[in-house]
Amino acid sequence: MKRLLRALVVVLLFWRRDRGGEGDLPVEEGGPEEGRPIRRDVGARPRAEGLVAALLVASAAASVALVVVLFTGAGTQWLGLTLGLAFGLLGAALALAASALVPREQAIEERPGLAHPEAQPPVEERLRSPREGVSRRRLLGAAGAVAGTSLAAAVAAPLTSLGPAVGNSIVDTPWRRGRRLVGEDGRPLLAEDVPSTSFVTAFPEGADRRELGSPVVVVREDPATLRLPRERRDWAPEGILAYSKICTHAGCALALYRRPLYEPTSEPPGIACPCHYSVFDPRTGGTVMAGPAGRELPQLPLEIGPGRELLAGGGFSGPIGPSWWAVRHT
Amino acid sequence: MRRVLLLAGLLALGHALPAAAQPDGRALYLEGCATCHGDDARGRPGQAPSLRRAGAQAASFYLNTGRMPLADPHDEPTRSSPAYPARERRALIAYLGSLGGPPVPTVHPGDGDLARGQELFTSHCAGCHQVVAKGGVVPGAVAPSLQQATPTQIAEAVRIGPHLMPAFPERQIDQRELDSIARYVLSTRNPPDRGGWGIGNLGPIPEGMIAWLLAGAAILLVLRLLGERAEP
Repeated sequence: MKRLLRALVVVLLFWRRDRGGEGDLPVEEGGPEEGRPIRRDVGARPRAEGLVAALLVASAAASVALVVVLFTGAGTQWLGLTLGLAFGLLGAALALAASALVPREQAIEERPGLAHPEAQPPVEERLRSPREGVSRRRLLGAAGAVAGTSLAAAVAAPLTSLGPAVGNSIVDTPWRRGRRLVGEDGRPLLAEDVPSTSFVTAFPEGADRRELGSPVVVVREDPATLRLPRERRDWAPEGILAYSKICTHAGCALALYRRPLYEPTSEPPGIACPCHYSVFDPRTGGTVMAGPAGRELPQLPLEIGPGRELLAGGGFSGPIGPSWWAVRHT
Repeated sequence: MRRVLLLAGLLALGHALPAAAQPDGRALYLEGCATCHGDDARGRPGQAPSLRRAGAQAASFYLNTGRMPLADPHDEPTRSSPAYPARERRALIAYLGSLGGPPVPTVHPGDGDLARGQELFTSHCAGCHQVVAKGGVVPGAVAPSLQQATPTQIAEAVRIGPHLMPAFPERQIDQRELDSIARYVLSTRNPPDRGGWGIGNLGPIPEGMIAWLLAGAAILLVLRLLGERAEP
């Protein structure tokens, strides 16, 4: 931020010095015949030049404002306005530069052989050496760079919204053996609270509900229909099953439960994701029935406590959350 | 005056007649429903479920929304105009209600809380029916629009869970919450108008698409004008 401000100040100073220095430059008349460098008029208009630089700086300011708006959370309308201004002013600066500053004639300059070839190096030297102040090229180049980097920074700033690194939270969830399940109202979930016709969302008692590994969906199936893997035979007391609520495809919350009223003429039950319609089979341990999910839904082993309350029997059957390169298939 | 009298007479006749010729619910059942649900209403395996404990609640929902009878038991029941006139529907519902099961639920949208209704609708219903209650899709079925459903039909669907919809018992959605949900669904039919072009209150994604289309057209127009100007 500080560096950006400093760059802005430098550009403004250069601009002033450049404008001030312009008048003092000796106008060299003559041509190649006299052995003097010519001064080519390329339509330099100090006002247009200043305007272009001002537009570029204003575009940079709008980009900075976008970052400020983003982090103060002032609202999406302001985000749109500042981004629009940043691009719009940049576009206006480019359009103005193209129409007012760039020479539009096409000319081939006759270049006679040099009378004194040994005089060439000093001339080149002189042409290359910077004049007092800053050349137009450098002024506009600097202003353009400031506008460009500010805009790039502004566009990149929302990347911080992608959230904190998940770290170990996808493997190390709050679920431990004996931890009680609580409903959305915070009260312990009893076996009787899980109807056979819909699903219930539950959380680990006393843990942060916003953690990726916290929410689970709890459903009740007829125990006779369950076809769980052999090592999970005891995970569904009375046919009550719990699965991570986070879809293994893109990490949305599983919010749909397909529950047939009469299964023979419709579809089997499925836990579905509203984002891309991945469907998981609650009877077989969360295997994918349809949709883009690449791996099964992690299952949470359940136990029923002495007071009929539901308890976790341990951690999930696999890593929770969306799939990435290391967790594609389990 | 004479016309009013005539009207009153006709009305009296209309009220007197059904008492005389009350349609027989059981006869209607045997005629229209028993092919799939069985003569004893215990269902036929693989074809149709038992109606023994479905109650007047389910009968009212399926008959009044035209979802039953189905041409093919494997068809998805969808809303259409009722197959039976109102009197026959009442008789059928009374007959099926006499076989046991829950009665037609009562619902009073006026007693509900709109804000709570939206909250509940968002968490329980909007996943399939969309937050504007205009319907959507689920894997394997169509979630119908709720724009034509009466409050009673909304309550029935919540309790029955027709087709692939989950059913929500009293423990999950109590009577007052049901009233709130019904009130919210009714409110989606006349959403508060904040001006501008609503494009049928279809939601943010269609709105965004329209905005992009219009912006794209505007940009094309500008490019075209620029291109014309650049020609010598």
